[in-house]
Amino acid sequence: MSGAPPRPNDLMGLSEDEYDRAVAILGREPNITELGIFSVMWSEHCSYKSSRKWLETLPTEAPWVICGPGENAGVIDIGDGLAAVFKMESHNHPSFIEPYQGAATGVGGILRDVFTMGARPVANLNALRFGSPEHPKTRHLVAGVVAGIGAYGNCIGVPTVGGECNFHPSYNGNILVNAMTVGIAPKDRIFYSAASGVGNAVVYVGSKTGRDGIHGATMASAEFDDDSDAKRPTVQVGDPFTEKLLLEACLELMATDAIIAIQDMGAAGLTCSSVEMADKGRVGISLDLDAVPRRESGMSAYEIMLSESQERMLMVLKRGRESQARAVFEKWGLDFAIVGALTDTGRLVIEQAGEVAADIPVAPLVDEAPRYERPWTPVPPPATLAAADVPQPESLSGCLERLLASPDLCAKRWVWEQYDHMVMADTVQRPGGDAAVVRVHGANKGLAMTVDCTPRYCAADPKTGGAQAVAEAWRNLTAAGARPLAVTDCLNFGSPERAEVMGQFVGCIEGLGAACAALDFPVVSGNVSFYNETNGRAVQPTPAIGAVGIIADLDRMATPALDAPGETLILVGDTAGHLGASLFAREIAGLEAGAPPPVDLAAERRNGDFVRGLIEAGRVGTCHDVSDGGLYVAVAEMALAGGVGATLEAPPEGVAPHAWFFGEDQARYVIAANARDVAAILVEAETAGVPARTIGRTGGAALTASGDDPISLAQLRGAHEGWLPGYMSSG
Amino acid sequence: MQAAVIVFPGSNCDRDVAVALGASMGRPPLMVWHGDSALPAVDLIVIPGGFAYGDYLRAGAIAAHSPVMREVVARARAGAPLLAICNGFQVAAESGLLPGALLPNAGLKFVCRDVYIRTESSGGIFTGHYQRGQVIRLPVAHHAGNYHIDDDGLKALEDNGQVAFRYCTPGGEPGDGANPNGSRDDIAGVYNEAGTVLGLMPHPERLADPRLGGDDGKAMFDSLVAALG
Repeated sequence: MSGAPPRPNDLMGLSEDEYDRAVAILGREPNITELGIFSVMWSEHCSYKSSRKWLETLPTEAPWVICGPGENAGVIDIGDGLAAVFKMESHNHPSFIEPYQGAATGVGGILRDVFTMGARPVANLNALRFGSPEHPKTRHLVAGVVAGIGAYGNCIGVPTVGGECNFHPSYNGNILVNAMTVGIAPKDRIFYSAASGVGNAVVYVGSKTGRDGIHGATMASAEFDDDSDAKRPTVQVGDPFTEKLLLEACLELMATDAIIAIQDMGAAGLTCSSVEMADKGRVGISLDLDAVPRRESGMSAYEIMLSESQERMLMVLKRGRESQARAVFEKWGLDFAIVGALTDTGRLVIEQAGEVAADIPVAPLVDEAPRYERPWTPVPPPATLAAADVPQPESLSGCLERLLASPDLCAKRWVWEQYDHMVMADTVQRPGGDAAVVRVHGANKGLAMTVDCTPRYCAADPKTGGAQAVAEAWRNLTAAGARPLAVTDCLNFGSPERAEVMGQFVGCIEGLGAACAALDFPVVSGNVSFYNETNGRAVQPTPAIGAVGIIADLDRMATPALDAPGETLILVGDTAGHLGASLFAREIAGLEAGAPPPVDLAAERRNGDFVRGLIEAGRVGTCHDVSDGGLYVAVAEMALAGGVGATLEAPPEGVAPHAWFFGEDQARYVIAANARDVAAILVEAETAGVPARTIGRTGGAALTASGDDPISLAQLRGAHEGWLPGYMSSG
Repeated sequence: MQAAVIVFPGSNCDRDVAVALGASMGRPPLMVWHGDSALPAVDLIVIPGGFAYGDYLRAGAIAAHSPVMREVVARARAGAPLLAICNGFQVAAESGLLPGALLPNAGLKFVCRDVYIRTESSGGIFTGHYQRGQVIRLPVAHHAGNYHIDDDGLKALEDNGQVAFRYCTPGGEPGDGANPNGSRDDIAGVYNEAGTVLGLMPHPERLADPRLGGDDGKAMFDSLVAALG
């Protein structure tokens, strides 16, 4: 190597201390390629340096967990020799800069994380947060993100079956695009990334490497300022057609026993994939960059190592199996190149044109990555907002109509009709319900899946908000009749270098850890996205929870649709009428104030287990959880889903009508039961210690709350379905 | 009866149609890779949905020049039954096996939803189990399903009874919102002159199983099995 370079002016995002640490590891100054490698490996995005301490507190184990956090995706046992493999990941920064490609490559990346482990992806979901609808960029960002997600998932042929989409001014400068993929694999054929076997070939497959996405991981580890548009070159460009070929080729090769280890090239591309494989296997790795397939000539070692070109994989093959593997990839028209070998040096050695371009010891690069205990200040608990302090409206049905037409509660059909949600022909419950249900191909059982988070709760009280996100995901799976199994978390926050933001993060983690523990709902994979802030203004804390459950018998599941008249509606769970941090308070009363509804995890579990028992016994087939907007909104969503109206009784003594109908108390479900089963259900609920009461009857084509004006389903549907298409086609 | 499903790089409904067709046939169809120039002797050829060759250039345009298509076109011209669904319809139109062309949707967005279509003729090999005028519900999922044909071509289609299905309301009427993509005269599917090639944008294989919310598509596969043995 040529003489030691001087200390550079641009440390590529490393702090002075971090740079000194790199010098100590090398015993000399790094050259530019080495500096780039340290920079991305020690970026927040790749190293979790600010979050690791807290992530380690999360529950990650259960008898059904096959692989928890640390691999490309989490793996759980779903019975019959099969495993579900899933993860959610953020692609926030690139999606704000270039919404179509940013969102598309977010989907591509998470798909690769799942099929890298040997699973065929069976479903995609996403959690999207946009700025205020009035913000001039919002419409453009919604259109681009939705089109990008659709373009990728539709082309590769994996159904996009669920998600959420909210709007709040805190996301004006930083949208959140979180993508989740669920796959299914034989549970004894899971592929991991630990390399082994000194001398074995390191193989590069997939697309060629270009100059796109260079330093994307570093870009995603810094906040935005007014010049964020200038970061467009750090956004990758996706090619879902190539990914489809890569998927089929990988699964074809995985059906043989040729592969020792495999790792997709995601953030930090060839750098991160080669370092992770070598580190997990405690081996060295040598790479010859002249052998790397390139789209462009004259690429430097720095550019090749830091490119985030998409649709690429790195593999270690068993000796002598190279030609077998090459034949598979060539059949699918993909590049296949032996780019290096495993060594016993413990070092990452990169050569280009016969010269050593980088030489770094692997273990310290990973083990001595910085870890920070960032200072944090707890979020002061908000004052509770009493129902009496929220004005009582004149018309409950008028409020219902306004809520159902509000940006957060309106129908998201405009979004999910742009996603192919039926390809693979196993989508049993389509988007729009509590959980999507995808049949396990060839079986009569299904995976239920959902993504949930209520950022306004997290902003008001991070611990309660973190717990609520998990509880709501668990409830949504339960409402479909599924047994909730495990969680993936995608934690979106502002800058960890600010104590208030770290306080939000610590609080949310505490809440979600407590909820996961109480509900036997371990975290098996996840991702942290910090620096979602612009000019010092952070997004609302948004720990999005993706969750998967199993429905053992698809003949015993529930949907939210009211589709028969004369049934009795039963509300399960306690209602105090909590209006703090509710959508009613925000959208109707104009109050963004108050503590979020308390989360009683024992009650969640009791109530949910009771409801699931009724569904599993085949006694209830209609169920919906009560969340945003409260009871009246829940019943309205059920009525609109099935086309049958309902009449609702007056609130019980002591609860004001607006608090009863729009309060967001947790641990609640609405079920519809045949009149002759009601008495027995109520008795059983009492025995189980579960609050339950009848609240009305189904029938007609309108909703009527006692003492209030009725509203026709047609009028409600118009309001509910109309807002988003109207918004997107105006302006 | 034996059938072959053509698999292009980028096909993604090949398994779906194989499952639905296999359920009606009582055995799985053959899957034929695009690179194979030999096509086994079969009673039915299926070109499935997806994004063959990524739909680069134009939907279906590259696939139409794939090695296996030479043989598919030759067989179809010689009278072999061919079912072309969604991307398959685009490939068949690009190959000249069916009249007209499929343009980007009028709304310029991908659209995935259930639609109602009216059976415009019955009794052929594809629709023996449907009544003429019967309204069925099937999903569409495409970004280029806007069927276009010139005036003379349209007249010829009508005169020859080549319009297979039209988008309609649940009551069977043409109407606002029934047509998801702007197709001329609400055309959702067309036959070749001989009635042996059917191209349609809706996916019969996606609603051929009550578990998925309906089975109106199953009758198409049952019709084929009844007609072709």
